[in-house]
Order: sequence, then C-alpha cells, then structure tokens
Amino acid sequence: MTTRSPEHAAVVRDSLGVGVATGLYGASFGAVSVAAGLSVAQTCALSLVMFTGASQFALVGVVAAGGTPLAGAVTALLLGTRNTMYGLRVGPLLGWTGGRRVAAAQVLIDESTAMAVTRPSRSLARTGFLATGLSIFVLWNLFTLVGAVAGEALGDPRTYGLDAAVGAAFLALVWPRLSERRNQLVAVAAAAIALGMVPVSAAGVPVLVAGGVALLAGVLSHRPDPTEIPEPPR
Amino acid sequence: MSLWVAVVAAGVGCYLLKLAGLAIPARVVEHPLAERIADFIPVALLAALVAVQVLASGQSLVVDARLAGLAVAFALLLLRAPFLVVVFGAALVAALLRLVT
Repeated sequence: MTTRSPEHAAVVRDSLGVGVATGLYGASFGAVSVAAGLSVAQTCALSLVMFTGASQFALVGVVAAGGTPLAGAVTALLLGTRNTMYGLRVGPLLGWTGGRRVAAAQVLIDESTAMAVTRPSRSLARTGFLATGLSIFVLWNLFTLVGAVAGEALGDPRTYGLDAAVGAAFLALVWPRLSERRNQLVAVAAAAIALGMVPVSAAGVPVLVAGGVALLAGVLSHRPDPTEIPEPPR
Repeated sequence: MSLWVAVVAAGVGCYLLKLAGLAIPARVVEHPLAERIADFIPVALLAALVAVQVLASGQSLVVDARLAGLAVAFALLLLRAPFLVVVFGAALVAALLRLVT
C-alpha cells in the first residue's frame, strides 16, 4: 500500500474510517451467531473464511430459525453472488493477476468495492480497496470473537433480545437498497411469499423460495437501472 | 449436512464466488438480464430473512417482542442511526418488553 501522495493519504484515511465502523459490528455478528447455536469456533471460522457479512448473518439466521445447515449454506451462497458482480466491476480497475488476485479476492466485499470504484486512477483504487478490505478483515474478525465470547457468557439469548437483533441486522443490511422504488416492491413481495411459505414448508425453505422473486422481477423489469451510468450509443 | 460442513463449504464457496468475479472477463457474463437478477437477489433474500426472522416460530407465525424490536430498528434507520445502534437498540427494546410482560 502506498501513501506517497496527499491523495493516497486521504483515501487511506477515509478507508480506515469505513473499516472501523464496519469492523465494529462484527461484535453483533458474533453475539447473534452463538445465540443461533453455533460454537465460538464455528462463528470465527465464518468470519475468517466466508468474510461477507450478509451471507454470514443469513447462514446463522436460517439455522437459528430451525432450518437445515444445507438451507443456510445455500442462502449464504446466493447472497454471495453479489460479490461476483462486484469483482466484475473492480477487477479491470485493480488489474491484479496471479497470487495477488487470489489474495485480494478474500477482501472483495461491499465496502472495499465502494471505496475502490470511484477512484480516478488504478493506484488510488488499489489503495482504497486494500485499506478498506484489510482494516475490515482484521477488525471484523477481532470483534466477531469478542461478540461470540460475550454472547456465550450471557446465557439465554432471548432474555437479551438477541433474536430480535437478527431481524434488525437484516433490515439494516437491506436498507440502503430500499431507496429505489422497484427494490421496495421486490422486498415486500419476497417478505410476503416467505411468510406464506412458513406454515407449509421446512424452516429455511421460505427464504429460498422468496429468492425466486428476484428471478421474476429481473425478467419482468425492462427499464434500465436509473442508478447505472448509461452506455454511450454504439 | 453437519453445521461444520455447512460453515466450511459455504465459506469456501463464497470465496470462490469472489475470486470468479475478479478472474472472469466481464464480457463473458455481462448480460442485462443476469445483472438485473443479480441486483434483485440480495433485496429479495434479505427482505425474506427479515420477515421470517421476526414473525416465524417453527412453522407458525407469531407476533411477539421481536416485532417491536423491528419497529424500533425501522425508526432508528429512518433517523440514520449507525448499524450497531440499530441492532442493539432492537435487542434492548425486545428484552425490556419481555421483562415487563
């Protein structure tokens, strides 16, 4: 990581700010995960290996609701496809190959992507990506451990409302996407379908069925995404 | 599938999804339909997770302190509160409600 220029220093400063804010809420993941019945070791393994917040919360959320580990894993993987899309965007910008690309992939998440895509040069994009990704990786894992150990010491999670914290975490994760009208419609439809499926299917299945709303909405919506930069005419 | 297998398999799978994004040339997979669906997947799954997490109890739907927690989370998000405040605010309200009822 280079901090030769004032521009680089500013990017590093911004990235560390995002890193600290995001890393801290690893504590909530740790607490929620042990409340769901995962061990401290399993909880920490998720943060180290999976290292993508929404997928981690999804796996433990499905398991907490009584779903099978397989249903939890599939839900986590579906949410993880988002990072593939991020990679397609920032890959050419970062321009890493070989071992560097293999290492960089682990810190390819929402925040590191956001702190890289807006940069005017490859050098600044790399600085933003690494400073954000690495600071979150270190702090997220550290605070996962803190939250998991504290959560285990607390006892029955319901007494502390930790079961309610899971729903709040999912709402906070989806919140930034709800400013768009069609995302609101998708969210309401998916929630309704999931609730309708609860009485007639095994735990974990309703969420996967509701994922079908994304397929349907993708096929039905023809309008271009207003948040995307329009392509120049060919 | 045991919990450990799910943790490791889904973890490695999520890593490979990240690596694929960096390694595959964008033009191979860039398709408007695929992109729209990919954009909708997190919205649909997270919204469904909110609903199920808050209202489901086994195979039945119940209204309890969790819904009050979610309402508090909603209000805190409207006030642009940080993630940790939202999550633990919801937990606190649900815990207090259970204490008094």
